[in-house]
Amino acid sequence: MSLLEIKNLHVTVGGHAILKGIDLTVNAGEVHSIMGPNGSGKSTLAQVLSRRETYQVTAGEVVFQGKDLLAMKPEEAACEGVFMAFQYPVEIPGIGNAYFLRAALNAIRKYRGEDEMDAIDFLPLFREKVKLLDMDEKLMNRSLNEGFSGGEKKRNEILQMAVLQPKLAILDETDSGLDIDALRVVAKGVNAMRSPERAMLVVTHYQRLLNHIVPDTVHVLVDGRIVRSGGPDLALELEEKGYGWMEAEARQAAPASA
Amino acid sequence: MSTATQNIDHYLRSFTEFQQQAAEDEPGWLGRLREAALARFLETGFPTTRDEDWRFTNVSVIARTPFAWAGRKASGVSQAALGSWRIQNSAAQLVFVDGRWVPGLSALAGLGKGVTLSGLKDQIGKQPELVEAHLGRYVDIRRDPFPALNTAFAEDGAFVHLRRGTVLAEPIHLLFVSTAGETPRMIHPRNLLVVEEESQATVLEEYVSLAGGAVLSNGVTELVAGESAHVVHYMIVREPQDAFHISTLRIEQGRSAAVASHSLLLGGGLVRNNVHPVLGGEGGECLINGLFVGDGHQHLDNYMLVEHARPHSSSRQFYNGILDGHAHGVFHGRIVVHKDAQKTDAKQTNRNLLLSDEAQIDTKPQLEIYADDVKCTHGATIGQMDENSLFYLRSRGIDRVAARRLLLSAFASECLARMPADAARAHAGQLIHQHLLSLANSPSQGSAELSQPAERTWEEVG
Repeated sequence: MSLLEIKNLHVTVGGHAILKGIDLTVNAGEVHSIMGPNGSGKSTLAQVLSRRETYQVTAGEVVFQGKDLLAMKPEEAACEGVFMAFQYPVEIPGIGNAYFLRAALNAIRKYRGEDEMDAIDFLPLFREKVKLLDMDEKLMNRSLNEGFSGGEKKRNEILQMAVLQPKLAILDETDSGLDIDALRVVAKGVNAMRSPERAMLVVTHYQRLLNHIVPDTVHVLVDGRIVRSGGPDLALELEEKGYGWMEAEARQAAPASA
Repeated sequence: MSTATQNIDHYLRSFTEFQQQAAEDEPGWLGRLREAALARFLETGFPTTRDEDWRFTNVSVIARTPFAWAGRKASGVSQAALGSWRIQNSAAQLVFVDGRWVPGLSALAGLGKGVTLSGLKDQIGKQPELVEAHLGRYVDIRRDPFPALNTAFAEDGAFVHLRRGTVLAEPIHLLFVSTAGETPRMIHPRNLLVVEEESQATVLEEYVSLAGGAVLSNGVTELVAGESAHVVHYMIVREPQDAFHISTLRIEQGRSAAVASHSLLLGGGLVRNNVHPVLGGEGGECLINGLFVGDGHQHLDNYMLVEHARPHSSSRQFYNGILDGHAHGVFHGRIVVHKDAQKTDAKQTNRNLLLSDEAQIDTKPQLEIYADDVKCTHGATIGQMDENSLFYLRSRGIDRVAARRLLLSAFASECLARMPADAARAHAGQLIHQHLLSLANSPSQGSAELSQPAERTWEEVG
C-alpha cells in the first residue's frame, strides 16, 4: 500500500478552480518534488494536504495510510503524521517556541495513546534537534517566530519537523528567501530525516534546493495539473529552459479549461 | 443630566435610615462629608449617555432599579465558604462581606511594625485625624455621581496604612464578598490606602459573590502614594453576570512615586472601572495595565483619566480586551497634561480581540495638553482571532479548542508580563487561565468553516 494516494483531486478557492485533477502516488521512503511556475497550484496542494479549511475540494480523493485524509481536520492530519513546513511561518507573540513545540508533540503523542512528555524528558530531544539545525538555543525561549529572520523561521520549521517526526513531510517553498548557508543547514536537517518509513513532498519553484535534497521523482505542475513527471534530471532541464515551454504545451493540451 | 426619568428618592430614604443608625460617636466631619455627597448626588442623579464620560455606557438599568442600603446585619459567612478565594503567599487577607469588614474572617497575623491593616470604620474610631486627613480629599464627587453616592454611604471598607520606609514584600489581599439578598441591594465599599514616603506595597482588591441577584457594588478607593513610594494595585472583578459593579480608583502620587494599577475584569454584568491617577509630584511614574474579558451580554467599561500635574512624570496605559458573544467593551483613555507638567511622557495603547460578530468595542482616546514640551501617543487596534495563527497551531496537532486557548492566553499574557513576578501575578495568571479555558470552549465562535480566508488581523483605528 502506498503512503499517499491522490486521485483526480479538484480544488477551488473562492470559486476559482486551482487544482484540476491531480493524480499522485507517493510510497514510504520516497522523496517527490513538485515544481511549477507561480500560480500553478503547488502551494494549494500543500495546504490541502495539511487540511487548510479555506480550500474547497470539489472532486477526487486523498488516501493517507489507508485513511481518508480529506475527512480529517488539520490537527487530525498532523496527528496521523502529516507535517507541512510553511512557506510563511506565522509569528505568534506570547507563545514560547519550546513550550509550543512540546504542546504539539504531546498532542500527537496523546492522539497515539502514548504518554505525554514532561519538560525534563523533552529537553534533551529538543537540544539535539536545535543543534542539528544550528540554531541559537536562546531563540527557543522567545515567542514563536517573533523577530526571527526569514532563515531562522525556515530552520524553525525544520526543527519542528525533526521533533514531531512525521510520516509525510511537505516542504512548501522552504528554499525561498534562504541564503546558501541557511539552505545547506535546512537541507542537512531534511536529509537527516530521510528514512524508509517516511516520504517527503518538496514543493519548490527553483531547482536550487534539489541540488541539496535530491528527489526520487520530479513532477511539474502547470495550471492545476501535473503535466510531466520524471527523475531528478527533469528539474535540471526546467532550470535550463524555464517553465514557458511546458506551459505552452499544457495550453495546447487543454485549451478549453485555460 | 436629567433626573426626570429617574426615581432616586429612595436613596434619600435609605440615607436617612443609614444616618439614623450610624454610630453615635462618629466624628462630625464624616456626617457633613456624607451629607454634602448625598446632596450632590440628588442634584445630578445618575449619568446618562448624553454625558460625554458615559457615552458608551447606559446605566439607566441601575437608575431604574430600587437598590436599597444593605444594612448592618452580621454576615453569617463562614470561613469554609471563602476557601476557594484565598490566595497563596499573601501578607494578609482582609475580608469584607457586603462592604463591611469582618475581622473574624480576616488573616492579619505576622505583620511587621509600620503596617496598619483594618476596616475603615474601625480606624475612624481609632485614628480619626489620619482618616480625616485623607478620606474624600482626592476623589471628586462633582465629576461623577457614583463616587458621590459612595461617599454618602461611606462607612466601612479597607484601611491600609504603611508608615514611612515600610516595605511589604507579599501582597495584601482585600476580598469583597457580596451575599444574596431578596431585593436589589447596594454596597458602597470605601477604601483608603495610604502608603507613605519610601514605602512599598502590593494591594489586591478582589470582588466576588456568594450568590447572584441584583447587587450594585459601588466602591471607591483612594490610594495615596507618598514621595518615592512604590505601590502596585490590582482590581479584580469576578462577580456573576447579573451584578452591577462600579469602581473608582483615585490615585494621588507624590514626588518620584511609582504606582502600577492592574485591572482584571472577568465578571460582572455591567462594569465600570474608573482609574484616575494624578501625578502631583515631579518625576512620578504610573503604569495602568488592564485586561477585560467579556462574553454573553456583559458590558465592561474602562474609564481612564490620567492627570499629569507636575514636570517629568510619565504614564503608560495598556489595556487589552477580549470580547465574545454580545459583550460590549469600552476603553476611554483620557490624558490631561496640565500647564506646569513639562516633559510629560504619556503613552496609551488599547488592543482588542473580538471573537464574535456581535461583540462590540468602543475605544476613545482623549488628549488634553496644556503644556508645550510633552510627548503623548495613543493607539488602538481591533482584530479577530488570526485564522493563520490558528491554522498554524492546528497543523502541528494542537486541536482547535486548545489552539484558541493558546492564542487567547498569548494575547492576555501581554498584560501578565507587565505585572511583577510575585504571588499577586501568579493569582492573576491563574484566574485568567481558568477564564480563558471556558471562553476557548465557547460555541459562539462559529467560523470553523470559513468561506473565505480571514486575512484581516489588526486594524488600526486610533
